[in-house]
Amino acid sequence: MLAAIAIMALIAVFLGAVLGYASIRFKVEGDPLVDKIDALLPQTQCGQCGYPGCRPYAEAIAKGEADINLCPPGGEEGVAKLADLLGREAKPLDAEERPPQVARIDENICIGCTLCIQACPVDAIVGAAKQMHTVVASVCTGCELCLPSCPVECISMQPIPESIDTWKWKYPVVQLQEATRKAA
Amino acid sequence: MMSKLKSDRPLYRFNGGVHPPGYKEQSTREPIAIAPLPQRLIVPLHQSIGGTPRPLVKPGDRVLKGQLIGAADGWISSTVHAPTSGIVRDIALHVQPHPSGLSALSVLIDVDGKEEWSERNPPDYASLTPDDIRRLIQQAGIVGLGGAVFPTHGKLTPSAKFPMEDLVINGGECEPYMTCDDMIMRERAEGIVRGAAIFRDLMQPKRVMIAIEDNKPEAIAAMRAAVQAVGEPFEVVPVPTLYPAGCAKQLIRVLTGKEVPVSRRSTDLGAQCFNVATAYSAWRAVCFGEPMISRVVTLTGNVGRAHNVEALFGTPIEELIALAEPKPDTDGILVGGPMMGFLAPDTAAPIVKSTNCLIAHSPDLFPPRAPEMPCIRCGECARVCPQDLQPYELYRFARARNFGKAQEYHLFDCIECGSCAYVCSSHIPLVHYFLFAKSEIWAREREKKAADQARDRFQAKQKREEREKAEKAEKLAKAAAAQAAKKAAEAANLGALDPEAAKKAAIAAAQERAQAQRAAAQPKNTEALTAGQQQEIAEIDARRAQAGVDHPESSS
Repeated sequence: MLAAIAIMALIAVFLGAVLGYASIRFKVEGDPLVDKIDALLPQTQCGQCGYPGCRPYAEAIAKGEADINLCPPGGEEGVAKLADLLGREAKPLDAEERPPQVARIDENICIGCTLCIQACPVDAIVGAAKQMHTVVASVCTGCELCLPSCPVECISMQPIPESIDTWKWKYPVVQLQEATRKAA
Repeated sequence: MMSKLKSDRPLYRFNGGVHPPGYKEQSTREPIAIAPLPQRLIVPLHQSIGGTPRPLVKPGDRVLKGQLIGAADGWISSTVHAPTSGIVRDIALHVQPHPSGLSALSVLIDVDGKEEWSERNPPDYASLTPDDIRRLIQQAGIVGLGGAVFPTHGKLTPSAKFPMEDLVINGGECEPYMTCDDMIMRERAEGIVRGAAIFRDLMQPKRVMIAIEDNKPEAIAAMRAAVQAVGEPFEVVPVPTLYPAGCAKQLIRVLTGKEVPVSRRSTDLGAQCFNVATAYSAWRAVCFGEPMISRVVTLTGNVGRAHNVEALFGTPIEELIALAEPKPDTDGILVGGPMMGFLAPDTAAPIVKSTNCLIAHSPDLFPPRAPEMPCIRCGECARVCPQDLQPYELYRFARARNFGKAQEYHLFDCIECGSCAYVCSSHIPLVHYFLFAKSEIWAREREKKAADQARDRFQAKQKREEREKAEKAEKLAKAAAAQAAKKAAEAANLGALDPEAAKKAAIAAAQERAQAQRAAAQPKNTEALTAGQQQEIAEIDARRAQAGVDHPESSS
């Protein structure tokens, strides 16, 4: 009887030690769920969700504080992807979906105040004090954060037109009309 | 005759393939004609795979025939030349021969009709190194004329790891209606053989095979005669007519039995494939200094006079097809063959390096597709797929927008040959679904890349801001510490005296410093004077003394 209790206690102590060691040895730094959510967000860093950047929004979603339908640049498809990852119900977007756009500085009006350079989350504006600024279109995310910072309102958002390189084949449409006409 | 069309070497088979009716006789009755000069050329800058060439001319410039107007942007990029002499009217967006009907940057040239060549310096071939030849071929804008328009110089470097075995010159031309390669082989066989010899010199293969589908006996005879005349040890191999035997991967399979695996290049298997027209153009470029400015285009379909023409790049489609006298019931122009081509959304678009065939479309010739019916999974598409894919599965996933699964079923191995859609008993436009899925996946990859870039840049900015903040704080702390130390030292010095005396001492010290500074300050322009200037000053001072004016320095 005593021997049995001793053996059980020993096993318990041993397994406890193993578990304790494992929790230190294989400790997961950070929250992997946040990374997964962050990977699905479009990284425009626009703050339209009400959080200061995509990662804080991802953290809020992971904690359950924020809804998954607050990201306008991600669109309905982004909501669907988040719903898929989190096993939640997909919801309609809580804002208008926004077509891709890029900021453009009217170089005749720009006074070179550098305020927009400080506001840009991805360093897509180049220029110096009292020198004309310009937007590097290839890295601009179209987040609109530079718009309110400009004292002379020389920044405008331009929609990015479709080009041959970015054109997508449309989903093949079943020609119902023709089919019914044939049948008639 | 039949025995001559049999190949001596053992040939292999690829899976599937279809036998669409050829309709090739109608456009081979006339020799290749030279298209008349159009009034105006629209030369798109981006005509090949790879980077978009940079424009080198401005509106108003006069350009000569063969003058470089678009410079290569990187190694896998080609160049663009003026097809004839004239004035650049504009560099503007113009509609392209592309299924989207979208526009791209093009050089618009008003043709002056003088056909004035720019300098052509045919180099001495024997003195060129392989690298020189590759550069020459890039500078001449030579790209694959079979339809894929891959820059040819990029394919001319043998793999370092695998010995080059088979060089294939592709005269397959398996698409129905198309006869441009057939005619070029009949009429310009010697040029093709000499071009193939240039490729051979660069690649050093064990064998050179010129493969021609056995429905072109005239071309086979012409090529055999040319090989003999030039005296090259090339082998002209008739291959069985089977669509798509003219696709590079399938042709290599037929000739060598080698199967090019997923996402590998045929060079890794010691095989490389070039179109016959590409070989001809390379010969013109290397031995005559003529860049690629025109190509042979088949004009056929619902026309009165189907034939092949040599047309300058930039000729509008509508002007070119008019040469073949399209019949009144023509309701569109197919660009490319009936299997892989597309209806031109706008016939004002120009012909480009990839345009091998224009087919006048009519409802009689190409009856409208029967309505799409549900897939019954009969598997006929998998039986004909030359790439050993399962089109019915790909279709299922593409239709459901399940792109990950479609990629698992090797969507990107699809060569879009159209065999599956050709045999589909439910009339499903299968290739359209695959193109849709491919372009969606590409778009997602672009978005993902952009998001990753934005994330990296955002994090970099955050790090930089933190670092700057820390540096500023450190600097401030240092300055504050220095100030405090100084104060402490002063306090220690004057600590014995009462604060009133300390204040007075400080004021006195400040006054002293100011005095010293004033004394040290001298008029800057009175140093290092010449003797003459010194004398002049002395005279002025003397006059001032006489007049009773104080010296400015002594007055202060």
